[in-house]
Amino acid sequence: MPRPTVRVEPVKRLSVPHPGAAAPSTWRGLAMGRTGSDLAIAILLGLGALATLAFGESYWLLGSQVAITMIFALSVDLLVGFAGIVTLGHAVFFGVGAYSVGIASVRLGWTEPLLGLLLAAAVAALLGAATGVLVLRTRGLGQLMLTMAFASMVYEIANRAKPLTGGADGLQGMVVSPILGLFDFDIFGLTAFLYTLAVLAAVVVFAVLMTRSPYGRSLVGIRENRVRMQAIGTGVQKRLLSVYTLSAALAGIAGALLAQTSQFVGLNVLHFSLSGEILIIVALGGAGRLWGALLGAVVFTLFKDRLSALDPAYWYFWLGLLLAVIVLFAPKGLIGLVDRLLAAGRPKETA
Amino acid sequence: MTAAILETRALHKNFGALAVAQNINFSLEPGRFEALIGPNGAGKSTFINLLTGLVPPTSGSVILDGQDVTALPIEARVKRGLVRTFQINTLFNNLTVAENVILALDEHHGQGWRPLPSPSRRRRIRDEAYDILGRLGLTPWGNREVRELPYGRQRLVEIAIALALRPKVLLLDEPAAGIPSTETGTVIEVLENLASDLAVLIIEHDMDLVFRFAQRITVLVQGAVLARGTPDEIADNETVKAVYLGEGIHA
Repeated sequence: MPRPTVRVEPVKRLSVPHPGAAAPSTWRGLAMGRTGSDLAIAILLGLGALATLAFGESYWLLGSQVAITMIFALSVDLLVGFAGIVTLGHAVFFGVGAYSVGIASVRLGWTEPLLGLLLAAAVAALLGAATGVLVLRTRGLGQLMLTMAFASMVYEIANRAKPLTGGADGLQGMVVSPILGLFDFDIFGLTAFLYTLAVLAAVVVFAVLMTRSPYGRSLVGIRENRVRMQAIGTGVQKRLLSVYTLSAALAGIAGALLAQTSQFVGLNVLHFSLSGEILIIVALGGAGRLWGALLGAVVFTLFKDRLSALDPAYWYFWLGLLLAVIVLFAPKGLIGLVDRLLAAGRPKETA
Repeated sequence: MTAAILETRALHKNFGALAVAQNINFSLEPGRFEALIGPNGAGKSTFINLLTGLVPPTSGSVILDGQDVTALPIEARVKRGLVRTFQINTLFNNLTVAENVILALDEHHGQGWRPLPSPSRRRRIRDEAYDILGRLGLTPWGNREVRELPYGRQRLVEIAIALALRPKVLLLDEPAAGIPSTETGTVIEVLENLASDLAVLIIEHDMDLVFRFAQRITVLVQGAVLARGTPDEIADNETVKAVYLGEGIHA
């Protein structure tokens, strides 16, 4: 079946004049030229965050969850969407990040939140580098299996290491110091919401810059044609291992944020279903575009929250329906829909 | 005689019991344009793969610019100036032509690890990319995705990427393969205008092309060097004629 192709820009540009100053500046083939959609989503999400801050007191806790999921989704998009690495075990890094700050707080009394984020990032990155060496030896289905295998091993280790992790009961009694010694976590979740938003903003800025850098573009190059990348002098394995480690660190930060804002860590942060969900989120939003993953995280988390409230027993059915509709009618994800909307709103140029 | 930029010493490769490269001694000096010919299955591609590092040799060594690179991976040899094009287009099909070249330029300039963008640098690199595209007549195609180009143009993108890497040795694996004969002119023009200190080894089935450009020809048969000499010598070589009987070798 031919897939509908979506384009914002007119395709036909037969005669582009040299010199470089007049040469097209957009990084078009990487779909990064479609900044219109990125901008639209950024504005939408920014307004949403502001509105929630101003009027949505009862949504601050949910807002933190959304922001955390967005960071997690970004970390997965860097792998899946940009570098073309598949994973069904990324919750392992999220969970290890969460347990790192949890254990540091409960067992060691280390409660400083920002240092906690660094600790989580470091531990997750170490685990990422160690498993990445093996995971990246394989590709496709084998890679998927390996990521799952490592994730289930860590899950069982956390389950058994009761003195450390609390096992199935979870890690209770976590204390988090005020941020920068100034802002205490309040019961309304305002501090938590602002805190996660600030970290999210930093991660988004980093990810946007990184994906537009030579390094980020080289990842896309590897995704598109590994043999060619090697033939232009790229050490492909090292490059992939670096992004795998980086992505693990970001996932670790997301997990640490969840632990800090909920002051509890349960085994679910390591569970396979979380790895599956985050992959679904990236696909839902549209892989390889960053803002797609961010939008997907928001839509998914809000849907999950609403649906599970409306229909606690069968909400997974409605979620499934949403996903089926998106996959069938918007194969490029929600951001693909935004592309189409923007294209429809623009006067059509015919070539 | 100048020192060889690329050299192989008793380079040997067995696939099981089959010797696909038999103790090949080969050398190429800077500024030379040489051809590697031989019937199908003669081991031409294997030889290229041994040179680039895609296939490890059973024994023997590859010397690049005076250094033994036999143990180095593909990318390290590329960094030292050993660059190839592929017989079958191996491009970033979903990226634009300019982006294909920019990726190569980024790696060549050692920017591949640079995690932050720089607009001024990016403009410079883009200009550099368009300079290369201009030399190949690809400027009008710069902003088109590679898959939108006719095959012949895509072949030129292969060469554009190779040139972006500022090679010392360029291995051209059938650069004219798949191009309609009416369009080989552009390829020939490009080959004629290659930098004068560049060493080129071309694998090509188009004998017109080979005998027109090559200063020296190496004939490979069953993994072994059958003959090596100027086009005239090769054209007069009875053994070579016998091997090529029916394939129409002519100068």
